Amino acid sequence: MNAPRQNDALEGGFTEAPVQSARAFRDVLEAMARPGTIRRVSGALPPAPLSVAAGVVLLTLCDGTTPLHLAGSIDRPALRDWVAFHIGAPLVGAEGAAFALGRWEDLQPVSRFRIGQPDYPDRSATLIVECDRLTNHGPSLTGPGIETATWLNLPETAAFRANRARFPLGFDTIFTAGDRIAGLPRSTRVEAI
Amino acid sequence: MTDQAYNFAYLDEQTKRMIRRAILKGIAVPGYQVPFASREMPMPYGWGTGGVQVMAACLVPEDRLKVIDQGADDTTNAVSIRKFFARTAGVAVTEHTTEATVIQTRHRIPETPLKPGQILVYQVPIPEPLRFLEPRETETRKMHELEEYGLMHVKLYEDIARHGQIATSYAYPVKVESRYVMDPSPIPKFDNPKLSGNPAIQLFGAGREQRIYAVPPWTEVVSLDFDDHSFHASKAPHDCDLCGSSHSYLDEVITDDQGGRMFVCSDTDFCEGRRARGMKGRLWAPEPEAAE
Repeated sequence: MNAPRQNDALEGGFTEAPVQSARAFRDVLEAMARPGTIRRVSGALPPAPLSVAAGVVLLTLCDGTTPLHLAGSIDRPALRDWVAFHIGAPLVGAEGAAFALGRWEDLQPVSRFRIGQPDYPDRSATLIVECDRLTNHGPSLTGPGIETATWLNLPETAAFRANRARFPLGFDTIFTAGDRIAGLPRSTRVEAI
Repeated sequence: MTDQAYNFAYLDEQTKRMIRRAILKGIAVPGYQVPFASREMPMPYGWGTGGVQVMAACLVPEDRLKVIDQGADDTTNAVSIRKFFARTAGVAVTEHTTEATVIQTRHRIPETPLKPGQILVYQVPIPEPLRFLEPRETETRKMHELEEYGLMHVKLYEDIARHGQIATSYAYPVKVESRYVMDPSPIPKFDNPKLSGNPAIQLFGAGREQRIYAVPPWTEVVSLDFDDHSFHASKAPHDCDLCGSSHSYLDEVITDDQGGRMFVCSDTDFCEGRRARGMKGRLWAPEPEAAE
């Protein structure tokens, strides 16, 4: 792991996948089940500029059966090689993606992503949004998983309000910044304050 | 110790990722049944294959696992699942609700209130609440899509017409966040109020029927009823004969062929905890036969 290699794409994966992915999933689960809570994850070291947290989420949830969309500036050869070696997810356009990764501005317009079908709302995309930082200041969140109300620095509110209005259809969002993650499922109501 | 012949928590990583994705979609759409590619497990259908797969996807080595079967920690199903994960995942086990981080349950919710950070995994035989009213999956799926739940209210009404009250006493249908009607698994309706606003994450796994669904923490879960026949969380009108509790769900135990019977808490940990604190019921005595 520590020895220098020819190709960086071979580095930065889980060293003990079953246990590390189990711990990472519990953090993702808690983040998604309690929208707005910010949790710390570890174990992945993806190529720059991807955050540790985004790498952990990819390694934990994506594999050869989940079409992945790399949006905008994040879509670089180094990341493509890393994804190909560690995850094996087919890289696709926004419309066909089960997971989409990128900064919020690069993911626009988010109306391109799958929101599921009325009889199968689970067939929807999960967006992994890279942020500079995550804090509990910003728009207020209410809904399932939140006892009264909480706050999270969302990049905007209009898109998430529109997403909630389509419930039970909609995409789900995982925000990543450094080694922090936060979840925002489609069930959460968002209010600008 | 972990049995190295198996991957951590028995299932392979690809399968666990598939289950984990289904769980997250279930969390995002509370009460909606997410299809998943259920695997064969080393136990028969009906013994909790769905719950075990959900548990395998959630377990971390630091977990402390509790398994209950109808409230009891010491029955065959509970003991074998607890041993299964102690062996394949190397997790610690406990019988105390307060000490457990993950709890797998067959048909009860523990009496002791759950806390944030705990996960309750239910074993589900038939996840579709409308299945006995409409056998076709294509139709029940359409009914969920259109939020067409009139048939369920007709069934509850027919209960009232025939019996004078809603006679459904377990697997009592609930509506989650005012959207999906959900089968809470065959828990007694006494437990239904504990589903709503629970601080723990509640996950439901149906192995044979290949469905996973979820109730996130602090989620509104309403038992279906009528304005003039409201939901009532019923239990046997007795106190526990061992610990004296008047507010726990009771099992009736036949003690002889002369009509003798006793009522005891279904939740063994709750009952033992009360007795350890010195609370006594009608029949609690060092020699049980001397008390009658």
